[in-house]
Amino acid sequence: MIPRHFLIAVAVMLAVALGASLYIRGMRGRAHNLAAAAGSSGPVSPPVSGPTEQVTLYVAYDDAGVLRPQTARIPLPAGRQERAQQVLRSLLNIYLDKPSPHPLGAGSDVRDTYLVDPGLAVIDLNAAFADGHRSGVLVEELTVASLVQTLSANIPGITRIKILVDGKERDTLAGHADLSGFFQASAMSQIAAQLATAP
Amino acid sequence: MPSTEKFAAWPPLASAAVCLLASTFLLLGAPVEKLISIYSNVANYSLPVLTRGGTDYVGLLETLEPLGAVNARASGSHWKIRYNNVEAEFVSGKARARIQGGDLDLPADFLLEKGRGLVPLASLNTLLPRFLGGPVTLRESARRLFIGDVAVHFTAQVSQTNPPRLVMHFTSPVNPTIATESGKLRMLFTHEPLVAPGSQTLTFDSKTIPSASYQENNGAVEVVVNGTVPLMASFADDGRTINIGPPPSALATPSAPANNPPASSPVLLGTTSAPPASRYFAVVDASHGGDERGAALSDQLAEKDVTLAFARRLRQELEARGLTTLVLRDGDLTLSPDQRAGITNSAHPAIYLCLHAASQGRGVRLFTALVPPAPENLGPFIAWDAAQAEFQAISRAAQASLAAELQSRQVTVRSLSAPLRPLNNVMAAAVAVELGPPSDDISELNSAAYQQLVASAIAAGLGNVRDKLEAGR
Repeated sequence: MIPRHFLIAVAVMLAVALGASLYIRGMRGRAHNLAAAAGSSGPVSPPVSGPTEQVTLYVAYDDAGVLRPQTARIPLPAGRQERAQQVLRSLLNIYLDKPSPHPLGAGSDVRDTYLVDPGLAVIDLNAAFADGHRSGVLVEELTVASLVQTLSANIPGITRIKILVDGKERDTLAGHADLSGFFQASAMSQIAAQLATAP
Repeated sequence: MPSTEKFAAWPPLASAAVCLLASTFLLLGAPVEKLISIYSNVANYSLPVLTRGGTDYVGLLETLEPLGAVNARASGSHWKIRYNNVEAEFVSGKARARIQGGDLDLPADFLLEKGRGLVPLASLNTLLPRFLGGPVTLRESARRLFIGDVAVHFTAQVSQTNPPRLVMHFTSPVNPTIATESGKLRMLFTHEPLVAPGSQTLTFDSKTIPSASYQENNGAVEVVVNGTVPLMASFADDGRTINIGPPPSALATPSAPANNPPASSPVLLGTTSAPPASRYFAVVDASHGGDERGAALSDQLAEKDVTLAFARRLRQELEARGLTTLVLRDGDLTLSPDQRAGITNSAHPAIYLCLHAASQGRGVRLFTALVPPAPENLGPFIAWDAAQAEFQAISRAAQASLAAELQSRQVTVRSLSAPLRPLNNVMAAAVAVELGPPSDDISELNSAAYQQLVASAIAAGLGNVRDKLEAGR
């Protein structure tokens, strides 16, 4: 005859094994969903809906090497920080569309935008944005000027902008444009004016 | 004039005369600054040598700074230095140092002067390998230090042509300061790790150029070519070859003075008095290099290779106009923006030109620095990121002159500002040149004809504002 305490021990072990299997199955499902989300090449769709507002996007055009203001109507959330994020996402949508006036690498996105100090905005790009960016003084400057000028034109009160990549400081965007310092909105406005006219 | 008034004028006159005489004696008696030249794959540079109690000393921090990440801290009589992952500790007045846990005896005491750590010059031979992890060769009497296998060798041979020419081939491009005097042509190599051929005196089977001598001293090498007629030098093969021979006029009229070569002769170099050895008119910086390839312009074409070829062409064009030029990266080296700015600021040029190449767009883009606002109250110091601030006006003047010359040669050109290092760290007029292809064919970026056209326009543009740039130094 099998002892009773042995039967109880086997039952407990079977229950633990079943529980562990269910837990692992659940974890695998979550991991799969995360991997699928990471593999998406476009920026996340705007989470907001409702009435639209007019914004001015400074769009880079590679064929003429210029930066041109372009108005668009997009739904904007109420919070200043969320609005900043939304405006930049709209700009990136233009670059990630096909045909693109200024192509960016697949998966380029703005991870976050922070308004941390009166006048200071921080744009946190994802690694795909910088790693997939084309290298060159002008082509990198067009990207930086487009982001900075679009942000400062639509979010009042921004005087300085810092660009991070994956939450960290990075020396250059793709070997040329210096990201180590802060961009003064006034100085970048002058650069945007220089970039407005083709040679 | 009353006699009292006449004599009243004497004291000021006498004082002035005494001051003049004193200054003359002081100037004549001023000792030549002692220097050590250090050659490495990363950078070639010179440092001052200080004499304390009859022993030559050199700053250890300054010695290591151009070679890698270094920092030092003084605490009382102790001085700690860290170079990359190597830590060392020195004690002022002691000859024993501690490096990576091991002791090293210096030939003389370590000195600490105002927080600056000085080591005996003679110790560099044993001290530096501990930091750098590789061999160094110190030529102590000449004060020349070779880190690794960086020596530049040369051969010299007189060609049997009419007129005969001395052809000197170097294993790497060189850029000596050249001066002539009666029957001699002197070449001073201050930045090249040149080493002597087999003998210090070379004799040739030529009546026109019978001999040459090699001498190294105070961190430099002087090669003197002796001739029975005036001699002049020309460069070829991107600075790897120097041809020395008599100018045509010297053969026709041997008594003609050696100076003033024809201005129309593009490769003839200054045969008048030598410019100051350490003063370059231009520093030309071939961007990227080594591990950093820059933009992939095509499957075969890397930005670092295009910028180097373009830099060498630009040097030829500038020097043909008598504008002495230092090519900052004259090989496949990795240099950080800080190193590039440091070397440039040490050379005190009239202008710094940083060269880039891109496959996007057409023609040439000229960039001046986007300088951040300088922090206030830095006293005698200058903010590194805003060092360019006081040179922005002269940089824009140079940019405008270059743009005008390029336009006059039908090259598409655009003038912009950019956040591009190390432009904002340079204490001289500074312009970045981004070379784009002239047409849809990106391979034309590397074409000799296109590069020559742009280089020639840039050299002419700089020539047009030479006086302004010189005044802005």
